[in-house]
Amino acid sequence: MSTPEIVFRIGGAAGDGVSSTAESFAKMCSRSGLHAWTYSSYQSVIRGGHVWTQVRGGNQPLLSHGTDPNVLVCLNQQTMDVHQGDVLEGGAIVFDSDLVKPDPSKLRKDVRLLGIPLRKMAQTITPTGIVRNTVALGAAVRLCDIDFRHVESAFQDIWGDKKPEVVAHNIQAAKLGVEAVQQAGGSLKLGLRFTEVPRYLMTGNEAVALGALAAGVRFHAQYPMTPASSILHWMAAHGPQRGVVVKQVEDELAAMNMAVGAGHAGVRSMVATSGGGFSLMVEAIGQAGMTETPLVAVVVQRGGPSTGLPTKTEQGDLNLVLGAGQGDWPRGILAPRNTRECFDLTAKAFNLAEVYQTPILILSDLYLGEGFRTVDKLDFNVPIVRGMMAADGGVAEGRYKRYAYTDSGVSPRVLPGTKGYQYIAATDEHMESGELISDILAGLPEFVEERRKMHEKRMRKLEGLRKDMPPPELWGSPNADLTLIHWGSTWGAAHEAIRHVEEDEGIRVNSLEFPALFPFHADETLRILKGVKKTLSMEANYTGQFARLLRAETGYKPNFTFPKYDGEPFTWREIADKILEVVA
Amino acid sequence: MKLEFELDTYKSEIKPTWCPGCGDYAVLNALQHALTTLQLEPWNVLIVSGIGCSSNLPHFLSTYGFHAIHGRAVAVAEGVKLANPDLHVIVTGGDGDGYGIGVGHFIHAMRRNLDLTYIVMNNEIYGLTTGQASPTSEMGMKTKSTPIVGVIENPIDPIALALSTGATYVARAFSGDVKQMSELVAKGLEHHGFSLIDALSPCVTYNKINTYDFFRKRVYDLNKEGHDPSDLKAAFMKALEWPVMQRDRIPLGLFYRNDKVPTYEDLEPAYKKGNPVKQALGVEDADEILREFL
Repeated sequence: MSTPEIVFRIGGAAGDGVSSTAESFAKMCSRSGLHAWTYSSYQSVIRGGHVWTQVRGGNQPLLSHGTDPNVLVCLNQQTMDVHQGDVLEGGAIVFDSDLVKPDPSKLRKDVRLLGIPLRKMAQTITPTGIVRNTVALGAAVRLCDIDFRHVESAFQDIWGDKKPEVVAHNIQAAKLGVEAVQQAGGSLKLGLRFTEVPRYLMTGNEAVALGALAAGVRFHAQYPMTPASSILHWMAAHGPQRGVVVKQVEDELAAMNMAVGAGHAGVRSMVATSGGGFSLMVEAIGQAGMTETPLVAVVVQRGGPSTGLPTKTEQGDLNLVLGAGQGDWPRGILAPRNTRECFDLTAKAFNLAEVYQTPILILSDLYLGEGFRTVDKLDFNVPIVRGMMAADGGVAEGRYKRYAYTDSGVSPRVLPGTKGYQYIAATDEHMESGELISDILAGLPEFVEERRKMHEKRMRKLEGLRKDMPPPELWGSPNADLTLIHWGSTWGAAHEAIRHVEEDEGIRVNSLEFPALFPFHADETLRILKGVKKTLSMEANYTGQFARLLRAETGYKPNFTFPKYDGEPFTWREIADKILEVVA
Repeated sequence: MKLEFELDTYKSEIKPTWCPGCGDYAVLNALQHALTTLQLEPWNVLIVSGIGCSSNLPHFLSTYGFHAIHGRAVAVAEGVKLANPDLHVIVTGGDGDGYGIGVGHFIHAMRRNLDLTYIVMNNEIYGLTTGQASPTSEMGMKTKSTPIVGVIENPIDPIALALSTGATYVARAFSGDVKQMSELVAKGLEHHGFSLIDALSPCVTYNKINTYDFFRKRVYDLNKEGHDPSDLKAAFMKALEWPVMQRDRIPLGLFYRNDKVPTYEDLEPAYKKGNPVKQALGVEDADEILREFL
């Protein structure tokens, strides 16, 4: 398992340009034809703190941000102190020789120390030395043999025609870094194959926004919240010219209620937020369930509870979305495992929302939502299915029944503005016409029956919805000794861990995973579980929220669990270690 | 002349369930008259309400309606209007719904100057929950939730709030004068921008202070006394007469109207592609969109 790869890590204080430098580096990798995967460990401050980002690049498709780096850039002493021991044998550490001192006793053997006067060099270009991170970037580019053309084009894309002098300064700075490495031993000779065919590089949040656009979203409402904000940013920059009303609103209450209004009016409507914002949306999403209004809600999870860990990842909001809203109402919950699925499942969610006239939730997380990954070209020709409309069949006979009882539970809808079909959508319990039974009629014998029938009609939609939700998948070797059970962004590290233990230790492990979490495919899951030996359930929360759902739906209790709630994503190595521990 | 839409065409089969004498009957009546005056097609009108006695109002009309959750009617209406700007969107509800739990949306909708007409049936009490203090209850008013010394908070002044927040049509009406109310509502519906009609609508069951008599002794038509609704500064002075400064005179009528302010819809860039609900779905420039990710 030693295919050539780049693992580039850069650290400094917030405001040092760590993440923008890493993002540029990832772009240079993807333009060199490499697969790329980034992870940014940052904090909720604008200046200071300790921030580091890792970019992994390789010739084979990647599954995680990897573990130890072969190139480390230290913009401050803290980065050196924290990370110097991680650098792989044969790797290199680039640091500002005037500000940072390495501790050779902590290094692995054969690590090249490249002390470069980053700030002083940068000050020869601009008095502030603001481009010092770019000097370091140039050094990394040379160490990894990346073609300098990609450096120039990346800077051109970022600052472009608006600030040609900034482009020039950065190119000059990167060249100084290249020359410094040239004089100190040249490249690390990592052995990567570069091509002329660039790859698409995007975050999970961008893929969600693209999926929504492909599916024809026409209304997006959001209140800024990490780690969901980049969905708003992308939509605000790209949506309006394509007919999408993008609204930053006063709070998440407004976001969800506006999305309900827009969905009711007949456009494809969505919101995006994190757990805290979704908590504010809870009452209003129940309103969508009751009024049978289609919409898509994206929840990009971060560490909780409360404000929690704003810049760290977790899968702790499954219970929240499963139980959101008072009473029972039908909902669908999708959980993309990777960037590609962020696109596919978001596009699909709009169809499910309109066909079943109810909210569909997408549960993502910070690791998936904010990390840049390469993907194959996305196909925007996604199927668009808008569900049953009453007005397609002509004028209503007698009074139109918006909530007519049907076998599927789905009642043909009309859009406001359609002549002759006027009705009231109500959050109170209502009859087929929409007329309330909650006020003066509730409790009268025939309305006890009406309430039962209407509630059953709504909930019946879950049966059809379940069939249309993607089923659980068993991935990997048949007859494995151990089956990993997981959902969401844990996918990549789990698969990579399985490859390692199979190749390095000869242990057969496979993986049971769930792109849809609700309505739950209980029968299919039980059928799969009958064929597995031992199971290890792993998820990034304290209580094992998915394991509890699995047990509630199937009675099955995993043999082993691996909860993680430290804010960091699962790495393949810790999963591999856990596998070895439980199969021993 | 025979009208295409007579008054009765705006009435639904459902009879109002309000207490006999409730001020909300007059508001319903005034709204029906306003719709008749303007001859709006019932299927192109959508009335959104919240929760409370007054929020049942859309059920009694033959237009489209959305009976939302408590305090969120304005936000739902904003979503409807943004998605389909061709609809006439009216919001109805009470003082608790709009000036209490939903006051945030109220303020921001006015700031946006969306083309909505908001009729608040202000009875200065919570009626449906059987008589607790509301955000417009006056100082000292004893209610089920303020039984010992009465209300010890200042009442919200919705007119001054609307004037300071960007509403471009601000009026106050009274259920004791349906004719004036109906004219104010009709003009609000015609106005291009956010219209607030604060409708003093007595609760005959739970508010024994702000009764029809209470109002009849105090109200006057500010426009008949020469107030110029294009004068924002004068409108502020009139707004402060009640409930902030005095208790003996309550101005009714049009405080302020400004037709020159662009609405949110006028400025929304997405509408260059047409009404969102009528646009074709699908993306025309997928390759261009994807190119930025290369």
